Amino acid sequence: MAFLDFRGGSGRVQIVSKRRATCGRHSWSPRVGACVRRTHLVRKRALLGGSNKPRLHVGSGAMEGAMQTESKIRADSRTEPGPRGPGCSLRHFACEQNLLSRPDGSASFLQGDTSVLAGVYGPAEVKISKEIFNKATLEVILRPKTGLPGVAEKSRERLIRNTCEAVVLGALHPRTSITVVLQVVSDAGSLLACCLNAACMALVDAGVPMRALFCGVTCALDSDGTLMLDPTAKQEKEARAVLTFALDSVERKLLMSTTKGLYSDAELQQCLAAAQTASTHVFRFYRESLQRRYSKS
Amino acid sequence: MSWCIKNLPAMQETGSIGTADGSSLVKLGNTTVICGIKAEFGAPPTDAPDKGYVVPNVDLSPLCSWRFRSGPPGEEAQVASQFIADVIENSQIIQKEDLCISSGKLAWVLYCDLICLNHDGNILDACTFALLAALKNVQLPEVTINEETALAEVNLKKKSYLNIRTHPVATSFAVFDDTLLIVDPTEEEEHLATGTLTVVMDEEGKLCCLHKPGGSGLTGAKLQDCMSRAVTRHKEVKKLMDEVFKSMKPK
Repeated sequence: MAFLDFRGGSGRVQIVSKRRATCGRHSWSPRVGACVRRTHLVRKRALLGGSNKPRLHVGSGAMEGAMQTESKIRADSRTEPGPRGPGCSLRHFACEQNLLSRPDGSASFLQGDTSVLAGVYGPAEVKISKEIFNKATLEVILRPKTGLPGVAEKSRERLIRNTCEAVVLGALHPRTSITVVLQVVSDAGSLLACCLNAACMALVDAGVPMRALFCGVTCALDSDGTLMLDPTAKQEKEARAVLTFALDSVERKLLMSTTKGLYSDAELQQCLAAAQTASTHVFRFYRESLQRRYSKS
Repeated sequence: MSWCIKNLPAMQETGSIGTADGSSLVKLGNTTVICGIKAEFGAPPTDAPDKGYVVPNVDLSPLCSWRFRSGPPGEEAQVASQFIADVIENSQIIQKEDLCISSGKLAWVLYCDLICLNHDGNILDACTFALLAALKNVQLPEVTINEETALAEVNLKKKSYLNIRTHPVATSFAVFDDTLLIVDPTEEEEHLATGTLTVVMDEEGKLCCLHKPGGSGLTGAKLQDCMSRAVTRHKEVKKLMDEVFKSMKPK
């Protein structure tokens, strides 16, 4: 019995072994019904463009004229280095995919100075204690930049995991595990939103089936009620309230929300509307980034 | 979309634990949470020398549900502890400056232990009610710093209640595919739901926390309905809490 192992980038099929018996790291797993590498389920992977294709896609958060909503959104006029252009409300963002060789999918997402690296392993073998009979078990591990992970990281992991569970089609891979590992490289505000974006890009890179894409947007409200999208660390500290939303790409529905500080119901609706508009730009960036990566020209 | 109105806090007792400085017991249907608050001395943080600490800890033991094992706190307990810490921080339920005795040297540290005795869903609501009731019950003795010996002298005969500025009330919903929203879900409903949402509101209608940890999507209109339901619930709970405190005998 032969199993085929496609390695992305080479463009050739390589038959690894014609026997059931082990060949180094592979062994038969009767439960899954296939030959399984202990951390890797063998599956067909679409042949990706060669490794000489550009992997880095840089986009800017320019929102030309689209932000004509009623809310008081401040056109950025900060004097910090790397300013956002006039009329922009999101910081400059960039994404790089497939940069790590060991995980099945990896992505690095940059928003201004905030940078998060994500790696996805899956669908892979799952511990019997954690397995779910009819869908995949999703696990998220978030590592802070310094220090050991604490209770705040656990809380964020739960938020990211539940968001991913809502979009990943786990029913297609029952009794397997999909692990998303996030490493904070630098934190300059809007960290949770950046983690969500990196996780989404990494899941896409790994080829995990999803019903929609999702993105994270952060809003900050300062003491006089002005709304700021994608705040920096300094703006977050001075703000009266910071709201982070995760929105899906199909109908811009609210998947996840976590807030800090006091605000009124009307302000919540205002922030949600602004976040929905901003998410259009993030999804457009995702689309361009992926089109550029998979195009043959 | 249809609503399903479930249980109000059926029973609330305060001051039941004699050894704690403040305590309360809350029953929400079958979910039972007991909160005990101990006040101890501590040094204030260096970056905020005139503030005290409030340290919440939610303990979900094997007693309350078969899902939990003994040992270090599991994920649900840690998430609940973080949620309570966020509610305390965001709603400014007590001014941390009130807990300071001597700036830079001595402050009160309030250790809030929330122990779940029976977990039948909606643990976040029950913990918030229990914490609020226990904080209203806390009596701190008067402390003076003796200038000669630089030691603190505690006067146990003179105690005063904490100044509770706001009354945050949590309302949880179980979401089923954006068509059905159930208020105050039981454990079975939570398990079957496709998502959950918790709204913490104070008496002025200001939101302290909108906790939606993933799950199926919600439109803005549905969210608006949840807010109005949360306002009604706040009124109901506040009425119950006022009754309980009126009936409490002053010490």
